[in-house]
Amino acid sequence: MSAPAIAAEDIRISFGGVRALDGISFAARAGEVFSIIGPNGAGKTTLFNIVSGLYRPERGRIFLEGEDVTAFPPHRLAARGLCRTFQNLQIFFRMTAIENVMVGRHVHEQRGLVPALLRLPSVLRQNRATRARAHELLAFVGLATRADDPAAALPYGALKRLEIARALAAEPRVLLLDEPAAGCNAVETEEIDRLIAAIAERGTAVVLVEHDMKLVMRVSNRILVLNHGRMLAEGSPAEVRANPEVVAAYLGRHAAGVAHAAS
Amino acid sequence: MPRLSARDATLLLLLAALVALPLLLPSSFHLRVASLVWIQALAAVGLNLLMGLAGQVSLGHAGFFGIGAYAVALGPRHLGLDPLLAAVVGLVGAAGLALLVGRPILRLRGHYLAVATLGLGVLVWLVLNSEVELTGGPDGIQVPRLVLFGMRVAGAESWYWISGTALLLGVWLALNLEDSPLGRALRALHDSEVAARVAGIDVARAKLVVFVIAAAYAALAGSLLALFNRFVTPQVADFLHSIELVSMVVIGGLGSASGAIVGAAILTVLPQALTVFHEYEQAVLGLLIILFMIFLRQGIVPGLASLTWRRAAA
Repeated sequence: MSAPAIAAEDIRISFGGVRALDGISFAARAGEVFSIIGPNGAGKTTLFNIVSGLYRPERGRIFLEGEDVTAFPPHRLAARGLCRTFQNLQIFFRMTAIENVMVGRHVHEQRGLVPALLRLPSVLRQNRATRARAHELLAFVGLATRADDPAAALPYGALKRLEIARALAAEPRVLLLDEPAAGCNAVETEEIDRLIAAIAERGTAVVLVEHDMKLVMRVSNRILVLNHGRMLAEGSPAEVRANPEVVAAYLGRHAAGVAHAAS
Repeated sequence: MPRLSARDATLLLLLAALVALPLLLPSSFHLRVASLVWIQALAAVGLNLLMGLAGQVSLGHAGFFGIGAYAVALGPRHLGLDPLLAAVVGLVGAAGLALLVGRPILRLRGHYLAVATLGLGVLVWLVLNSEVELTGGPDGIQVPRLVLFGMRVAGAESWYWISGTALLLGVWLALNLEDSPLGRALRALHDSEVAARVAGIDVARAKLVVFVIAAAYAALAGSLLALFNRFVTPQVADFLHSIELVSMVVIGGLGSASGAIVGAAILTVLPQALTVFHEYEQAVLGLLIILFMIFLRQGIVPGLASLTWRRAAA
């Protein structure tokens, strides 16, 4: 069997002497939706920051399609097919919606300085191709009509989808989504749900951090549960839901006992 | 008919102004002031790429300007270079220095570039000012006449066209850069470095490239000014001139090439017009800058553009 699209092995990181993550391993295959859940402060976003190259782990390795990419800077990871979105939006607010997505095409563009300065026909052709592709992606996330609006004029839910479109523009084989449905209403969440399924169907490995449990249970193939920086459980949505330790971490010991007695 | 893009409008407007001004200006003194505007605008357009697009501040840009200016003074005198070749040497030298200084600095985020360039500018000025044997010191130094295609360039009108053409070319290159992957990358990292990195942009490299380009613009402008004046003093490289260049970009409108030109025009022409205020000239200039910043915070060109746009929409 081929190497998983993305794998982490025995990750550890500390901040000011506090172990934020310890002994974390996971692997997600192409076309799979792999979710990471856990109470606030469990270390989910920290794990994302390590996998996407923003933090360097103290121990452990990251493999992208079998290649060791530990401590690679984010732009090199992007060139190799790993992209992400952010929990707190990171939008280019001074650009239009379509320009935001065009930036996502960066890794696929010829970036020679002299052709750009002289505006050679090849640059114009490429600009047109980049814009066309960005349009397709905006249509895919349902923002085709807002293409030329300044990003700052878009509502919150639209910005969430704009970030996904920008990440998709790089044609990633691994996509990390950090709370894509946070702050979204029911309709928007359903839209995100549909997007995640469609992205995975195209063969991309989707790694998802999300607090909306209904969404997680619906879309995930497998789930990893973190608690206090450690792995608590891993398995299918049904397995994770039935795990008393998971219930305890989320609802407290007493509730776990009740849930156990009830089942 | 397709709508005129902002880019083409900028180029056409500049071309129109370039052609029309000699018909409107009454004397060669006015033509000389216009040439000064084009030259300062060239430096400002380059600095705007760094500040307006990429959001990085250089407080020592006059240092690069000074390198270009002194290259055409010292190259012919000490090395026997043709003034034109000396200008090219100055441009390459300034770009090389920017590369050397920018490389370690631009890996860092924040205001390091502003502080480092401030130091660099002071250093260049200090060398020009105190190496009297080499540079003539604070009294300045003569610059030989520019020779183009075997003809010695003289007269206000020739200089008007040379500086105007240089500016037009500089604006064209800058607008081209803006509408390219690098241009988009620079605007992106201005808003969110972390998102730019994740999108595959080598942020440190992109900043370095635009810093080097901005330095080259300043050096070329410096060479033109020295050749135009036939004389140069260390003042071209001093801190005040650096601040002037930054002010041109900010007053005209960050991120707008036409704004940089308007800013350069205001800061070049106003002091000439304000001489009626005698010793209060500087104070009035300062006051005007404050008023511009209060009432047109985005800068003159973007500020007026959004005002008229709002009025048209209403």
